[in-house]
Amino acid sequence: MFDYFLQQLIFALAIGAIYGLIALGYTMVYGVMRLINFAHGEFFMLGPYIYTFLFSGLVGLGGLAPVLDSAIAIVASFVIVGLLGVAIERFAYRPLRAYGRLAPMLSALGMSIVLQSAVRVTVGPQPVHFPAIVPSTPIDALGGMVTTVQLGILIAAVLLMVGLTLFVNGTRLGIWIRAASESWTTSSLLGIRVNRAVSLVFFIGPGLGAMAGIMYASYYGIMQPTMGSVIGLKAFTAAILGGIGSIPGAMLGGFLLGAIEVFGTAFLPILSFGYIGTEYRDVFAFAVLILVLLFKPAGLLGETVSEETTVAKKDY
Amino acid sequence: MGNSVIARRLGLLAVLALCVVLLALVPYFPSYYVRVVDSILIYIILAVGLNLVVGYAGLLDLGFIAFYAVGAYAYAMLASGQFDIHLPFIVVLFIGAAAGAIAGILLGFPVLKLRGDYLAIVTLSFGEIIRIAINNADDLTNGPQGIAGLDRASLFGLPLTTPVHFYWLLLVLAIIVCAGVYYMERSILGKAWRALREDQDVVRGLGINTTTLKLLAFALSAAIGGAGGVIFGAFQRFVSPESFTFQESLLVVLIIIIGGVGNIVGVIAGAVVLVVLPEILHFAAQYRLLIYGVVLVTVIVLRPGGLVSPRFNLGFIIRKVRTLWLSPSKT
Repeated sequence: MFDYFLQQLIFALAIGAIYGLIALGYTMVYGVMRLINFAHGEFFMLGPYIYTFLFSGLVGLGGLAPVLDSAIAIVASFVIVGLLGVAIERFAYRPLRAYGRLAPMLSALGMSIVLQSAVRVTVGPQPVHFPAIVPSTPIDALGGMVTTVQLGILIAAVLLMVGLTLFVNGTRLGIWIRAASESWTTSSLLGIRVNRAVSLVFFIGPGLGAMAGIMYASYYGIMQPTMGSVIGLKAFTAAILGGIGSIPGAMLGGFLLGAIEVFGTAFLPILSFGYIGTEYRDVFAFAVLILVLLFKPAGLLGETVSEETTVAKKDY
Repeated sequence: MGNSVIARRLGLLAVLALCVVLLALVPYFPSYYVRVVDSILIYIILAVGLNLVVGYAGLLDLGFIAFYAVGAYAYAMLASGQFDIHLPFIVVLFIGAAAGAIAGILLGFPVLKLRGDYLAIVTLSFGEIIRIAINNADDLTNGPQGIAGLDRASLFGLPLTTPVHFYWLLLVLAIIVCAGVYYMERSILGKAWRALREDQDVVRGLGINTTTLKLLAFALSAAIGGAGGVIFGAFQRFVSPESFTFQESLLVVLIIIIGGVGNIVGVIAGAVVLVVLPEILHFAAQYRLLIYGVVLVTVIVLRPGGLVSPRFNLGFIIRKVRTLWLSPSKT
């Protein structure tokens, strides 16, 4: 039983880390712009596609050592997807700032359709094999079986999260981002270039999403153009669970959602004596979300300032 | 009475006559076009219903399609071989609307104290829960395969089988729903909803129970959604969970925004555009969705307030017609 539990725990941590990375993109964008970026799941999907394209390109050109090729391709896909995010914000969201919150949200929705169908048109709708970055070998850890891919995902994701936390808390640019999420007007009055903070957020968020996509694709070995929709929705749930706008909240929410999902799948049938099967896993996740929101409307780590100040009086 | 007034009245008559003639001509279109018009009418009904919540009360509901699913499955379970129950269409129509309203109240009661985005997320989750539950409750809903072979509907002895039959039914219902919502919009209730959208705290300060107000909007729109679902079930004679995805909920919201929030004329325009556009784009084959997305973003960026200006609403048209007819000197 214990090694089964341990194995599930590692699995939960790996998938939770992926959710957390995507949730960071949602939460940072929401923090500065109060925008639900429905296109964010597509950045996640673009990650593995761009990586594969770059990697096979590098190999085709002769390439260096395979490790270097992978590393270059990974960093380059972060940058490319990040720049794409900045461009999309500039052209599809920025012109709509003065028009309430529904218009940018639907523009994001439109961008999601554009990105997804652009990939579908270029590479076809069918799932494609994703080349392994690290060979998947099982490691025996404390009685449970862990694969190198799971460990790799976990380590890389934690490194990215630590890096982001240090960046946001310790650098001037990070302070800009935090100030802009605190109050748009006050920070611009204090001379912070809020638009730059927004661009930065739209660089980091999609970049992290792309990294999560590469992890996810190497975990399952395939990628397809629609992979971002469901995962995006779940990661968004994770962001809300942790308290949208809060960076540690997104990480916590990601790991929590991973745990709920994995342990729900593993133990729900046992606990309910077989009445509730694993297929209700997602129902379970959404139900937990609704419950959390009912009792803690700002999410687990969201700021518990009074309702009137956190949410604009005029909702939509 | 000058010539210009007569000319203008004639012009008005001509426009009205053109509308009536166009609507009367639809049944003679080829079947494909009638189906497209049916689809437009269904989305008009849905979007006008959702507009009560999004446009008037200012609450973002991203799980609206769940109520539509409740209605469609009500027909599928109560008028098919699934449980060998065969209730008449009109009975199921009311049951579907009631079931939708009940679902709306059940969802609304606990969550309506949430605001803004949180409400949006909870409704979204609710929509997903309903869809996943339908997908998995094999005994009741036949799971992902869906329920096929739904009864041929009939209404007061008239058969409802071809797209043309449904065209007349949907047209009448769409007019009833639009007229009902229009009168509601002008009633004290509509004014209270608008006030709610502008500032909840002031409304509460005036001693109005905002939760009841929101619940009412939620239940009414859910009832319209449920009724729409029953018609959808009777029309397709097949229901399956994949008709009720999150994307469908978003499409209805999109219709409202593209047309112009809180404006019935806008909603109609939005439904026409968003249903017809993918049909026109059939020629583009695999590029269809891509072009659709690009057009969507372009329209939103160029006209963020919606295609139809808020001034040009049903009330405006009715006023215009009335003044031109009764006291033309004022125009």
